Amino acid sequence: MTSTIEPEIGRARLRKEDARLIAGRTRWTDNLALPGLLHMAVARSPMAHARITNIDVDAARRMPGVLAVFTGADLAGEQGSLPCAWPITEDMKSPDAPSIAVEEVNFAGEAVAVVVARSAYEAADALEAVDVDYDELPVVLDLEGAVADGADLVHPDLGTNASATWVFDSAEAGTGTDVERAIADAEVLIERTYRQQRLIPAFMEPRSVVVDPTGEQLTMWSATQIPHILRVMLAMTLSVPEHKVRVIAPDVGGGFGGKLQVTPEEILTFLVARRLGKPVKWTETRSESLLSAHHGRDQVQKLTLAARRDGTVTGLKVELLADMGAYLRLVTPGVPILGAFMFNAIYKFPAYRFACTNVFTNKTPTDAYRGAGRPEATYAIERLMDELAAELGVDPIEIRERNWIRHEEFPFDTVAGLTYDSGNYEAATAKAKELFGYDALRAEQRERRERGDTVQLGIGTSTFTEMCGLAPSRVLGALSYAAGGWEHAAVRMLPTGKVEVVTGSSPHGQGHETAWSQIVADQLGVPFEDVEVLHGDTQSSHRGMDTYGSRSLTVGAMAVVRAADKVKAKAAKVAAHMLEAAEDDVEFAGGAFGVRGAGAEAKSVSIQDVALAVFAAHDLPDGVEPSLDSEATFDPENFSFPHGTHLCAAEVDTETGRVTIRSYVAVDDVGKVVNPLIVEGQVHGGLAQGIAQALYEEAVHDESGTLTTGTLADYLVPSAVDLPEFTTDRTETAATSNALGVKGVGEAGTIASTPAVVNAVVDAVRHLGVSDVQMPCTPMRVWQAIRTGRTDAGGLGGEAGGGLGSINPEGGAR
Amino acid sequence: MIPAAFDYVAPTTVDDAVRALAEAGEDAKVIAGGQSLLPVLRMRLAAPSMLVDLGKVAELRGVREDGDTLVVGAMTTHYDVQRDPLVREHARLLALATNVVADPQVRHRGTFGGSLAHADPAGDLLAPALALDAELVVAGMDGRRTIPAAEFFADFFTTSMRSGEILCEVRVPKKTGWSAHYEKFNRVAQAWSIVAVAAAVLVDDGTITEARVGLTNMAATPVRATAVESALVGQPATAEAITAAAQHAAEGTSPAADGNADAEFRQHLARVLTSRAVSAAVGA
Ligand SMILES: Cc1cc2nc3c(=O)[nH]c(=O)nc-3n(C[C@H](O)[C@H](O)[C@H](O)COP(=O)(O)OP(=O)(O)OC[C@H]3O[C@@H](n4cnc5c(N)ncnc54)[C@H](O)[C@@H]3O)c2cc1C
Repeated sequence: MTSTIEPEIGRARLRKEDARLIAGRTRWTDNLALPGLLHMAVARSPMAHARITNIDVDAARRMPGVLAVFTGADLAGEQGSLPCAWPITEDMKSPDAPSIAVEEVNFAGEAVAVVVARSAYEAADALEAVDVDYDELPVVLDLEGAVADGADLVHPDLGTNASATWVFDSAEAGTGTDVERAIADAEVLIERTYRQQRLIPAFMEPRSVVVDPTGEQLTMWSATQIPHILRVMLAMTLSVPEHKVRVIAPDVGGGFGGKLQVTPEEILTFLVARRLGKPVKWTETRSESLLSAHHGRDQVQKLTLAARRDGTVTGLKVELLADMGAYLRLVTPGVPILGAFMFNAIYKFPAYRFACTNVFTNKTPTDAYRGAGRPEATYAIERLMDELAAELGVDPIEIRERNWIRHEEFPFDTVAGLTYDSGNYEAATAKAKELFGYDALRAEQRERRERGDTVQLGIGTSTFTEMCGLAPSRVLGALSYAAGGWEHAAVRMLPTGKVEVVTGSSPHGQGHETAWSQIVADQLGVPFEDVEVLHGDTQSSHRGMDTYGSRSLTVGAMAVVRAADKVKAKAAKVAAHMLEAAEDDVEFAGGAFGVRGAGAEAKSVSIQDVALAVFAAHDLPDGVEPSLDSEATFDPENFSFPHGTHLCAAEVDTETGRVTIRSYVAVDDVGKVVNPLIVEGQVHGGLAQGIAQALYEEAVHDESGTLTTGTLADYLVPSAVDLPEFTTDRTETAATSNALGVKGVGEAGTIASTPAVVNAVVDAVRHLGVSDVQMPCTPMRVWQAIRTGRTDAGGLGGEAGGGLGSINPEGGAR
Repeated sequence: MIPAAFDYVAPTTVDDAVRALAEAGEDAKVIAGGQSLLPVLRMRLAAPSMLVDLGKVAELRGVREDGDTLVVGAMTTHYDVQRDPLVREHARLLALATNVVADPQVRHRGTFGGSLAHADPAGDLLAPALALDAELVVAGMDGRRTIPAAEFFADFFTTSMRSGEILCEVRVPKKTGWSAHYEKFNRVAQAWSIVAVAAAVLVDDGTITEARVGLTNMAATPVRATAVESALVGQPATAEAITAAAQHAAEGTSPAADGNADAEFRQHLARVLTSRAVSAAVGA
């Protein structure tokens, strides 16, 4: 048999998952119903910082259907402290992080009591009857204020609001020269302060947890990205034996990092179910989700870029304040540190220094959100490169070209200590410029400027790279992360020749079932339809590091490839026996083993034949186990470094400040592509979220620490009508760090797009005296910037506008 | 999000609905499309003891002509208003404004009467009703009365309807042959107006002979830009003349400040959007 089968890798297959998801046959956690299921609801603090003086739950206990009400005092003995797996420095200050507040609340939205009732309705009613008295404490909100002398403290026992300061210095690390020297010698200095506003991941499926304590193992279903990590953490945090806990992530509807967490509610549902000996469900409301699930971004970036008059960059100094919120969650402290390696981006900076101080405030804890640290870094450097270009009067693409790593210079050791394995920035940029019609748009821009058109045109560039595919375990170890970055997979050959693939990756919308099936179909020469992918249940998939950081394909699928290799190696032995040939003479192609050089007509055995023979086990070579099943754990040697060139043309209405994206071109290089349709989807979604940061979204707190953007009418997630048509294309420079040649794509669009959009906005009105507009670039901010040059003017202030935020508490018309 | 428990009735006539409201007392509330009321209930910002659902009252639905007046039933959905040929012909401004209310899902459930009764100053249908000199017919235990739009909107989320009254229909004087435009300014497509301008003008041989301009979200109630209206009348329907008249748009307004816009920006927007609305209406 010759291999005429079209390879699966590269095919734009429709996703296996979609028919079920679209038809509503989805197994969301909240859809689960167990016999005798009880419902938990959480009472939350309206105060951002206060001492709890009294909690009266008697009335709530007497409400119909209520079985129990617990306060922090009831659970204090067993709740432990929520885990933080990333102590970035040895002296990092980390407060105890209770799942339910006991004496003090530190952010508005923190749990103060839980009610358990027979129905979700009764639980919601009883919440109203929980009565909590508070003594207000001073509220710490502003990052710079929080680290100023004499600041009020979030956790007075820590003695400071600074959790830790993490520094990378290229002179000290030996990866480059001294940045202070570069700054002293600079012919041009660009100094800027940028603000990364706080964002809310806003996944569409609200979080939900069900815990069944009635079996031999306690089973937890959770809308999580990390069932495996969650199981380990439950064991460690609550001192329950790990083998007595099973965690299942059923269908999960989006995460974006927002479900990369061990949540207070998971712990509370677990504790309550165990206490009552009955299955318990908690599903959050949308308001609860926006308020209490972790937020993202929130940094103040002080930046200094040194350069020569000819445009060559000579140094970059980054000083960050990063808002942790009130507690350190799972990877909170490490998020800004992930950016440390990305500020230098694709440019050849000889000197670099990064110093980040992590700061506590009385706000919802922050943690990973799509890109986690890398969008912040990319925004800063890509905005700075545009500023440098403006300062020198050079085209922004030209300034980048003068400084970027040329394709023949790979592998390239960066000033931040990484080795970029491959890339071709020239090719991606050339393609993007052509698709965009760069020169024609520049000409139009000039013409409209000269004409004084009320609607001005701006062009924004972002030539980004990012590090993803988290991560080589040794690197994580060097960064003091508590776990490794490997991934596990198993491939099982069933007697009928069908294949089960077990993966430690935990998809929550990415389409792994499809992509993994394509990969295995090619590896084993079996039909795509014959592959079933199992995931998200610690019972079937016992080892895993889960899904985040664009790691599943580069790490998780590589484990699948390795496991499939082992299956083939085992099968080859048996096939040789069946073919009465020496193992060395047997080759595998198109799903069948044959004798090398024997010709197309010669006898061959398919992998399915081998699977059946192994199942029967009647006639196996000596010493061969009757199983082809294999597992592998893959630990990458390097990150993957997707890159690309994004170009945005934005029109700015100078009379109203409204920004309209006219065209957007994204040329991404994500290496070899398994499924172009999935890549396209990831890029579109990524762009939407990146553009959302540039123009629409911001979590706003008023001066008392209340989240005022607490509904989706105030926290403006854009929909398809608010976004432009995207022109997407790719260049394909294979990664050399994995056998598939693949790079991550999950975060690329988000990382790249934010600076492209803001660069376009600023470019449109730079001739009117504007050099920055704070994100999100709302109409009022843009208008004020044009009028007054103030970049933060008309910020979202204390109050959200319009929408449900303007709803009359009395319930409308009287 | 789960609302507090409430009783529910769904009468089929206005008389029954009025009686049901009266019997249930102060804590009862009417529910129309529920698009504004349900979020409030679900967030437990209100907890009425009884909801009187008007969804089954057939007489409150639909559009008919009554001489020089168009009569729009309070329970006519946005979707039906948008597509109604009579509205398009005789109250084009209303059709245009309804087109940009929320999103298709909301427009299929939300009602014209519900929007007016809700009296959200950011709602898009109040200014058109005011600009078109609509009259609102309400029914209570004491019978029916008619309230001019100018007197109907009393304050932020407050109308001059008395407790127990139901808005039945909206009578809109026909503006056949008028040009109209509704210029809405918001940040994402499904959002309420930050500011919006409702303009209807009659042009005769290149000259503006009549003008109605209503402003959305420029005060606690919708307001008429009367200074603009009088400045427009007698002017040529040109961009220059319109822009000059539009400079009066913010006079007498007292807009609120919120995260999207402070008062100054709103007043600026009112001028810009008025100029654009009138220009778009007349094609200048
Ligand atoms: C996501 C979303 C976006 C929206 N965006 C916009 C927008 O851009 N522009 C806009 O204008 N609106 C917007 N709305 C509101 C929408 O137009 C509602 O339809 C409208 O505000 C209320 O109409 P309803 O029929 O749903 O009324 P309901 O919600 O049922 O009632 C609203 C109030 O009016 C009272 N009421 C209703 N009918 C009567 C009656 N006949 N007599 C007496 N009292 C009555 C009720 O008791 C209640 O107090 C939006 C709503 C949503 C959910």
